[in-house]
Amino acid sequence: MSKFEFPPSIRSRPVYGTLEARPGKTHLMIADAEGAEAILAVATPDLMAATHIIYIPKGTDYADKLRALKPAQFYEGPTYAASVTRIQRVLQDAQMGLQVYLAGTEGLMGQAQNEAMKAGIPHTAIQTEHRGSIARRMQCVHCKGITEDVETDPFVCSHCGLNLFVRDHYSRRLAAYQGVCIDAEDPGNVPPQKGIYE
Amino acid sequence: MSGAEKIAVRVTEVSPLNELVTRFKFEPVAGGLLPTFSGGAHTVVEMRDGDITRMNPYSLMSDPFDQTAYTISVRRDDEGRGGSLFMHKNISVGDEITISNPVNLFSLDLRAKKHLMIAGGIGITPFLAQIKQLDRAHGNWELHYSCRSEALGSYVDYLTNTHPNDVEVYYDDQKQAIDLENLLDGQPLGTHIYVCGPKGMIDWVRGKATELGWPREAIHYEEFLAPQPGKPFEVKLAVSNKVIQVGERESLLEAIERAGVDAPYLCRGGACGMCETSVIDYSGNFIHRDHWLEEDEHASGKKIMPCVSRFEGKTLVLDR
Ligand code: FES
Repeated sequence: MSKFEFPPSIRSRPVYGTLEARPGKTHLMIADAEGAEAILAVATPDLMAATHIIYIPKGTDYADKLRALKPAQFYEGPTYAASVTRIQRVLQDAQMGLQVYLAGTEGLMGQAQNEAMKAGIPHTAIQTEHRGSIARRMQCVHCKGITEDVETDPFVCSHCGLNLFVRDHYSRRLAAYQGVCIDAEDPGNVPPQKGIYE
Repeated sequence: MSGAEKIAVRVTEVSPLNELVTRFKFEPVAGGLLPTFSGGAHTVVEMRDGDITRMNPYSLMSDPFDQTAYTISVRRDDEGRGGSLFMHKNISVGDEITISNPVNLFSLDLRAKKHLMIAGGIGITPFLAQIKQLDRAHGNWELHYSCRSEALGSYVDYLTNTHPNDVEVYYDDQKQAIDLENLLDGQPLGTHIYVCGPKGMIDWVRGKATELGWPREAIHYEEFLAPQPGKPFEVKLAVSNKVIQVGERESLLEAIERAGVDAPYLCRGGACGMCETSVIDYSGNFIHRDHWLEEDEHASGKKIMPCVSRFEGKTLVLDR
């Protein structure tokens, strides 16, 4: 099962919904890994006839199932970084009436949402559905470096090596949560690691 | 006192534009500068007509950065309650009147990549200020303006002379109409649409844009709702313990104010939500005219917007 029940939190933490087909001229669906399941759930032949899917498998094997939906265009990218120029290009050429659907991990949805916002789509008009890994994209508030796919709290910043506490404060602009040094007062006094929602 | 802060102004210009529309210019009585505003803002003009005080909202059409004066344009409505007629007949240069600080319920979303404006008739006025604001910031905009006839096309010459490539005018009497479907199709991503005009036009534009997949957040509209006259009715104000009569040509809100009860308001046009009042008891029918309450709230008999809505029936008791 790729769905996760997020516990309640502060307002800063994004909430995700369930994708639904909306009226539109064209549709752009961007997903990674298990996010494919959300696309499979919403797909109809009519919808797919006007849909461009950009998919990053991350080691899963959903790509053939998505291809079988016969979307108007299908692109499979090895990583988000490798796919972002394509996303930007599609948005640049798009017209009003485009619907954007994002599905999969928070990191993917946050970054793709950012591109869509920069292209002029109000963030509240962008649909999202979380599927798969609950790992977070974290920004270290000290060195500003980003660490992808963080599963534990605390964790070690992949840039400056500080022990960081995983906060629920989220930045839409950075598409990342905030990580703050947990042992600044008492260096070395680091609580044991646990899962983020444990 | 409810409403936005008040400013005492002197009328320094009254210019009839055509058979129906007259422009008024206001400068502060105390000298000095007026507050700046943003394009789309309106001011509430107080009109003292014998023992009746009417307060009508009018869009500011002057340059938002010009603090020396405000201008508005008023279209005469012969069927209405007399507010616009009063402006046309009783206001002349030199008069001192009271207006409110600007309030904006129809502002530009400056995140938009392009502003697509659609105006019908006197609905052109907020766009005149918005265009001045956008021109300073080199904003990308385009205006489609529909008028009854050339003779009634207020500001058409000004607009087409200053912005020949950005303004398209349509005359009803020449059977010209906005080709909305084609206009909306092909607009670049990040376009916001703004519509001001009669209700039918607003509904048409909102409906079509929604159908074509435009997000709600990119569709902006302002309807210049004026309270409509209607049959007189009686209202009990429970909190202030008063029974008041609402006359044929005054709004419920004006009747409440006339009774010396301070009631909240901002737009006086059924749009802002400020005047929302709870109904304690009623027997009869509401004539809801606002576009603030949801349909189920209108049907519930629990709420009324006294700035534009009325009542017909035996009893109405309000929590005011
Ligand atoms: S005063 Fe704005 S809705 Fe009544």
